This record gives sequence, C-alpha cells and structure tokens, in this order.
Amino acid sequence: MESPLASVAPNWLKAPTGTERAWIGLALLWCVVLTLAMPYWHFKGKQNSTGEAYTVEPAKFAARVQQFVESNKVGEQNGVPIVEPAPGGDAYMQAQMWTFYPILQLKKGQTYRIHLSSLDLQHGWSVMPINMNFQILPGYDHVLTITPTTAGEFPVICNEFCGIGHHQMTGKIIVTE
Amino acid sequence: MTTMDPTVEDALPETAVEPKGNHAPGMARVCATTGLTVDLTAEKFIKLHAVFAVVFLLLGGIAALLIAMTRWSAVHLLPADWYYRLTTFHGLNMLILWILFMEVAILYFAATALLKTRLASAGLAWAGFVLMAVGAVTLDTMILMGTSDVMMTSYAPLRAHPLFYLSIIFVAVGTLIGVINFFATVYIAKRDKTYSGSVPLVVFGAITAAIIAVVTLGHGAGIMIPTFLWSIEVLPSPDPAVYRLVWWGLGHQSQQVNVAAMVSVWYLLGAITVGAKVLNQGVSRTAFLLYILFINLASAHHLLVDPGVSAGWKIWNTSYAMYLAVLASMIHGYTVPAAVEVALRKQGHDKGLFGWLGAAPWRNPGFSGFFLSLVVFGFLGGITGVTLGTEQINIIAHNTLRIPGHFHTTVVGGTTTAFMALAYYVVPLIFRREFPMRAICRAQPYVFTLGVVILAVGMSFAGSYGVARRHWDVEFTGATHAASFDPSVHIFLGMVGIGGIIAFVGLLMFVIPTVIAVFFGKKIEGKMPAW
Repeated sequence: MESPLASVAPNWLKAPTGTERAWIGLALLWCVVLTLAMPYWHFKGKQNSTGEAYTVEPAKFAARVQQFVESNKVGEQNGVPIVEPAPGGDAYMQAQMWTFYPILQLKKGQTYRIHLSSLDLQHGWSVMPINMNFQILPGYDHVLTITPTTAGEFPVICNEFCGIGHHQMTGKIIVTE
Repeated sequence: MTTMDPTVEDALPETAVEPKGNHAPGMARVCATTGLTVDLTAEKFIKLHAVFAVVFLLLGGIAALLIAMTRWSAVHLLPADWYYRLTTFHGLNMLILWILFMEVAILYFAATALLKTRLASAGLAWAGFVLMAVGAVTLDTMILMGTSDVMMTSYAPLRAHPLFYLSIIFVAVGTLIGVINFFATVYIAKRDKTYSGSVPLVVFGAITAAIIAVVTLGHGAGIMIPTFLWSIEVLPSPDPAVYRLVWWGLGHQSQQVNVAAMVSVWYLLGAITVGAKVLNQGVSRTAFLLYILFINLASAHHLLVDPGVSAGWKIWNTSYAMYLAVLASMIHGYTVPAAVEVALRKQGHDKGLFGWLGAAPWRNPGFSGFFLSLVVFGFLGGITGVTLGTEQINIIAHNTLRIPGHFHTTVVGGTTTAFMALAYYVVPLIFRREFPMRAICRAQPYVFTLGVVILAVGMSFAGSYGVARRHWDVEFTGATHAASFDPSVHIFLGMVGIGGIIAFVGLLMFVIPTVIAVFFGKKIEGKMPAW
C-alpha cells in the first residue's frame, strides 16, 4: 500500500477485495434501490411537483387574476377579496411585493387548478401549517393541481427573499367543509 | 508527546530512485518534517491565499454570529435591513471567499510539493490572486454599503449594484486563473518527469476538484456576465427560470469542488497524522471520477418545486446519476476511516473492534478536526442531503431552514472543519511558525463541531415546522394576514442561537491562535513540534 502523498506505478487499477468489496456492493445496491424508488414513488405517491407551467406576461396574468376576482368574489377580509372558484375549476393567486392576492376559498374534497405567478420578483409560496412549498417566478404561470383534504384556514407565507418587506408577505387559503 | 509522531515519516513517498525536481537553484527547500520539496514561489502564494482565506472566514463568522442572534427569536438582534444585508455578506464570504482562497492554496500545495515541481507561473499566480482580492474587497464593500441586499443567490429580477456582479466575476476569473496555473504546474511536472508513474492520490483528488471548478466557473460566467450586462442596462432581464438553472450550475457545483478538495484533505491528514495508506488506489480514484461525471446533476435539486421543469426531468435528476455521486461519497466514507484503522492497528493498537479508534491521536487537532469533519459530513450532511434531494420531500423542505440545516453540516461541519484541521499543519510546515495556546488548539475542533451540530439540528427541526430561511420575523408582525408557527420552533431557533455562539467561540479559538502563530509565532528551524 502506498501513501496518498506518493506517486504510484501506473498499474493501480485493481478490483476491490474483502470487506471493501462488500461495502461497495452494499452501497451500490442501496443506490439502485433509491434510484428505482424515485420514479416508483412519483406514480405511487399522491403529492408531486409536476412543474406544469406556461409562460405569461405579468400584465396579462394580473388581468386574468382581476377577472377571476370580479366574477367569483364572495367576501372581503383585511381589505383583500375572498374569492371562491367553481369546484373543479381554475383559481388564481398573484404574488407581488409584499402581498398574495386574493384570498382563496376552496371546498374540501374538490380538485382545483391553482395558477401562481408574480408581477415583480421571485417569490415563495409556502402553505402553513402543512408546510408545502412551491416556487413562483415572474413570467411563468405555475399550475398546481390540488385537492384540499382538511377544512380550516391556511396562511400562505413568502419564503423566497423579495426585498425588505419579505417577512410581512402573507396570504390566506380558506377550506370549507 | 515531545517528538514528531513517528507515523509522519511513514507517510512519505517511498520511491526507490528519488526523481529530480525542476526548481531553479535556491528556489526550493526540503521540509525538515515531511521531507517534501517545497517550491518557494508556490509557498509565497500558498501563504497569501491562506491569510486572505482566514480574514474572510473571520468576517463571515462575525456576520454569522449576528445573524444567528437575530434568528434566535428571543433575542432578535438586528433590524431587518441589516439582517438581510449580513445574510448576503455571510453567504458570499463563507461559501465563495473563504473556501475559494483556501482551495487555490491547496491546489498550489498539492501540485508543487507532492509532485516535486516548481509553480508553472508566478505571473499567473499574481494575476489570479490580485483579481480575486480586488473582487473580494469590492464585493464586501458593495454589500456593506447597502447597495446589494440580494442574498448570495441574487435571483433575477432582484437587482444588485453592477459592481456586485462585476466583483463576483473578478473572483471567479481570478480563481479560474489559479486553476489554470495548477493544471500548467501538473503539466510541467509530467513534462520534466519530476515524479514517476501516476500522480499521488491527493493530487488526483485536487485535479478532480480543479476540473469541477472549471465547469462551475463556466456556469458562473454563463449567468453572471449577462446579469451584469442587465444591471448596466445593456441586456434585458435574464429569464428567472433560466437564471436559476444556470446559477445553480455555479451554486451547487462549487460545493462539489469543496467536497473533492475536502476528501483530498482527509486523505492528506490521514497520512500525516497517523500514517494512513491507500487501501486500493483504483477504488479511491474511481470514486473521485464519479464526482466529475455525476455530481453536477445535484444542481437540479434546487429546482424540484420550480415551474417550467417537468416531472420527468425532476425524476431523472433525482435518481440514477445523482446516486452514483452519492456512491462516491459512500466509498470515501469507508476507505478513509478504514485506512486510519489499518494504520493504527499496524502500530499495535489492535485491541477489540474499536481499540484503534480509542488509541487515535484525539489531542492532535489536525487529526480530530479531520475525523470530526468526516463524521459530521458523512452522517449529518449526507443523510440530510440525500433526503432533501427527493422529489416529494423537497416539497416540505424547499426554502425552509432545513436547507441551511443541511449545508451547515456539509460546508461548515465538513469542509470548514477539515480546512481548519489542515491549517494546524500548514502554519508549522509552510509558514514555519509554532502554534501558541496549544491547549486551546486541541479543544478547538470539538468546540466548533459541537456548535455547528447544535446550530444545524436547530435549523433542521425549525425548518421541518415550515420556518423559512432568509426570513427576519417568525411572528410576521405587521403582515396583512396573521401567520405563525408551532410554538416549539422557538426552542429550535434558540438552538440556532446557542449553537451559533458556541461555533463562533470555536471559530475564534481557531482564528486567534492561527493569526498569532503566523505573525508572532516562534520560528521553527528544524522539525515541527508534534501535536
């Protein structure tokens, strides 16, 4: 055996033996299992990030959000409209320094397509307390297909740094029975 | 112990015929302790880079303490603007400046001392160093002036001062010049036949780090140059999704440069502290090769909840190839401690299954630092990294404190601890100065590691309750809609604060003796005093 500080004869490539060989075998096997687990769980598991997205100009997205709010508004809280989309329909939430707009009111057990985009910087869409996190980018309409399984109020917080008011950027989702 | 560990001599190259060096007369010295030939030009640049590295480590460390004191919700020290400013400052000083300066020093050492060659070009070394230093000082100035509160990632279209981007480009180009100088040095060593056969394993690891560095810096140029041009309004804003994809080719991959450099330092310190030998050259070298081939895919883990990248892309990049890079770390995580075990058993510490471990030189900070680095990186860093890189788990971890919880065990508990351990040999062997306060040095790796582990565990648990990283206020005071976390997060954020204080004390226990040793330490004439 040579020191790792010493140059070696060129014929250094030799198969591992003994416990070293066993360890590499075990490690490789573990890697193969995890490699297969990734696609398996994508199809078996119920929560995936599919990355479904469409390019959209911020002004056009804002117009869609406004139209969505006007046709589905059911109330108001803290000066922010509460909007209830049709069950199974599209819902919009826009991120802008430093608010999420509007408040979404969803029905438990119904499936929605939630469109997320930003009018200015990158933002993070972090739903509490279930701690689910997705990225919001300006210029991209990020579509999440979700089915709420619990009723209640879910604050949304921004978890991508977006300037000095970042820690005050919150929103809300209400899920009704 | 009053004499040099006998094992160090064991670590020396055992070539039958001593190959000739290629140094000009008077431009090299033979190290009295290790017998390695030290090129005096390279030595000067190793010193320069190492000193600058430690300065940035200290600056980043001061910022770290202040940030930790702010995240500790009961203290909440800094105002919001300074919290974000110093978070930007901390990230860049630690992940870019401390580590890159140290890595160039390691590359110069590995190539010249282990291959017994002169440095290819003093001019290139100066050019690289000056570019890095000017870039680094400008970068820190721009951040502290409050012109660039954009975090280390500077995600477009969040915009910093043009000099912020330009200074990062300077640091990157300076580093690239250092890397080119390293390759040129390896080349002239081969040309002048200053070594025989294949390069030593530690040099092989350094070459691995250098190759990944070239790919990394290519990504850096690919994104920082257009972003700079946007900041001076020559180009339109970079597409935010493209920015993230290419930036992480820089951001994550630069950490793989650290991994390769850190593993090389493990092998190096194993050899000089206990005389560890390479069990199987082919195995260790193949593992390094796996890093080059597959580690870049880990960059994809930053985009697992992004729009615009498909599920197929996410599955592909979280499965097959990424695990081949994990395999590489699993192999080094076996071969390095196994080599230490074999060496210690050979020295007669053969009692039971773990007798060798008890007999290891735990009072030598060069050994304890290296071994703690191995354990913290391998267990905490490896397990959290692989977990967070899972498509579904990333949904509950993205941008929470779990992410810095992970990388403080890899980059701080792993790389930084290993580089500190290396310094306990660099100062006596390259600067030829004796360490003062040796009891403090002996305790330092333990104190620092303890602090980092408490900090990282606190971050990880707080993050698992959803606490965001890079976020000033867990109470969301003044927000339109009230939000809060489970009250238990305050305990975990308290761990962040307390761990931060302990780690900072551990940092000072490193920086103060090192600075005193370098500038005022007793000159070492013959062999270095044993640790």
